[in-house]
Amino acid sequence: MAIGGVTLVDGIDLSVSGGEMIAIVGPNGAGKSTLLRLLSGDISAASGDIRLKQRDLRAYSSRQLALHRAMLSQHVSVTFPFTVEEIVHMGAGDQGRAAAEPLVEAALDEAGLSDFRHRKLPTLSGGEQQRAHFARVLVQLACGEAIHGPGLLLLDEPTSSLDLRHQIDLVETARRRAAKGTAVVAILHDLNLAVRFADRIVVLHRGRKVADDVPAKTVTDDLIRKVFEIEARVQRHSDGTPLLLPQLMTAIEARFPETSCAETERSEPWSSSGT
Amino acid sequence: MTAQASADLKRPTHRARHFTRPPASLVLICLLGVLAGAAIIALTFGAAGIPLARLPAALGFWTEHPVNPLTSRDQLVLWSIRIPRIAAAAMVGSLLAVSGAIMQGLFRNPLADPALVGVSSGGAFAAAVAIVFTDSQLGESLRFMQNELLPLSAFVGSLATTVILYAIANRAGRTSIAIFLLAGLAIAAIANAGIGLLVFMADDRQLRDITFWMLGSLSGATWAKTAVIAPVLAAALIACLWITRGLDLLVLGEAEAFHSGVDVERLKRISIVLVSAMTGVAVSICGVVGFVGIVVPHLLRLVIGPAHRLLLPASALLGAILLVGADTLARTIVAPAEMPIGILTAAVGAPFFLAMLLRQRGLVSL
Repeated sequence: MAIGGVTLVDGIDLSVSGGEMIAIVGPNGAGKSTLLRLLSGDISAASGDIRLKQRDLRAYSSRQLALHRAMLSQHVSVTFPFTVEEIVHMGAGDQGRAAAEPLVEAALDEAGLSDFRHRKLPTLSGGEQQRAHFARVLVQLACGEAIHGPGLLLLDEPTSSLDLRHQIDLVETARRRAAKGTAVVAILHDLNLAVRFADRIVVLHRGRKVADDVPAKTVTDDLIRKVFEIEARVQRHSDGTPLLLPQLMTAIEARFPETSCAETERSEPWSSSGT
Repeated sequence: MTAQASADLKRPTHRARHFTRPPASLVLICLLGVLAGAAIIALTFGAAGIPLARLPAALGFWTEHPVNPLTSRDQLVLWSIRIPRIAAAAMVGSLLAVSGAIMQGLFRNPLADPALVGVSSGGAFAAAVAIVFTDSQLGESLRFMQNELLPLSAFVGSLATTVILYAIANRAGRTSIAIFLLAGLAIAAIANAGIGLLVFMADDRQLRDITFWMLGSLSGATWAKTAVIAPVLAAALIACLWITRGLDLLVLGEAEAFHSGVDVERLKRISIVLVSAMTGVAVSICGVVGFVGIVVPHLLRLVIGPAHRLLLPASALLGAILLVGADTLARTIVAPAEMPIGILTAAVGAPFFLAMLLRQRGLVSL
């Protein structure tokens, strides 16, 4: 997948089974969101193919696709003053209001927003808005799964605006969906969260997959150093689960020696030949 | 604690507010009632006053004994002039308000309006071209169909303007609202320059016709013109049923709308054609009437919320009420002369628009 001549993701071979929860991790600009947008059908790959339930993703109409996969984007801004309940109802698609009501109730409850249902979304905090959109996506997933069975849930940094409690709540909710057969793919920046909840961790670096395994085998000192440019000493629980402590992390010094302004101008680092 | 901080504490916070919308059926029934009231008032006011007591007889609901000599005059005024004019005002108001609501949903911006971003100006420019050139030797062969040509030209002008705007504002599947609004202003300026050129070229009669387009007036409303608007309005309102859910989801952004199952490109195409058709027909009947498309949906969102399932039909009704009221004022406040309706809607709408802008900046509370 390339945009403007820059390859964003390349040569990624990834499969997700129903009931499995996968965490995608990697540094900024590694291609995580691009990969998720490819999996959602939002953008098309220049080469290769993506299949959902054995069928090419491009063969689905947007309406059909919405019944098989639900996606929560990283940032969703709402201009008009919809209430939380109205936003969550949007996930129900063409289902009648009465038919969708139990699903909306359950999703509001799971997102901890039952008391916020009549509040206008733009007046809520960033975290509360993120939870409202998560509830909407849960309703969409439930509607699709009622017709076609377990589907695919894609989450792009779903915990980025949430406090600790709601981070755990959200990932546990996703985990419960996975236990019922849903395939879950989530981009997470918190490696400890990924280790605790994911069945597999996929590590992206510069648009390529550099690791794809169970958390205990993926999160190692060596990988953290190569991918995140951090010197870290990964701790291990008694069961072998990795644990990262900020106190045991040090940023590796900049790879390029500092240069003076004059030197920078001479070397023209932003010219196409120089980079 | 500073004075500013204590003022902030006293200000009611949005976070504590809980909102419950009034039932949709109640809103629509109330608006229908107000529209009926506005229409009755509009029937009685005018250069030839028809008191409420004479109205049923003039409308033919019953025959008076003995026959009032004024009844036949009242009937002539009502059925030949006033009723087609009120019907045209109501339908044009509906067209403008609904097209404003759709455009705001399409661009996720409460300030988008066909008149503001040059769609109306594009229609008026095309109409002015038709006025000047179909009246000259150049358009001699087309003169016989001038009645049909004007609405058609206005429609094509509005459609072309919308398509150009959309093409400019859209890059890689994303629509830039800022570019859209700025490009709209530029296109409106180009259209107005074109109209200026046509004014320069026009003879006295053509000049009067062009001025009519620019200031807006319903004085030319006839049954024939009403018959052109009615099917367009009916078709547009029926077509709106298919796009309400898509417009709601588009509020979340194009990507989220797609994730939720909306064929975003198809929705945009339908919306653009609807907005162009409705604006074009409205412009062809009464010229450029601004701000109805901004004011009506905004007021309604405050009361009934932004869901398009109710917003679009309610906009149709409130737009009708507003324009029937404005037209009644336009033909009575300087009687026996008439004030162009565009002046009235701009005089009320422009301050409202400014207040919206200031409110968005948090400077005043509306």
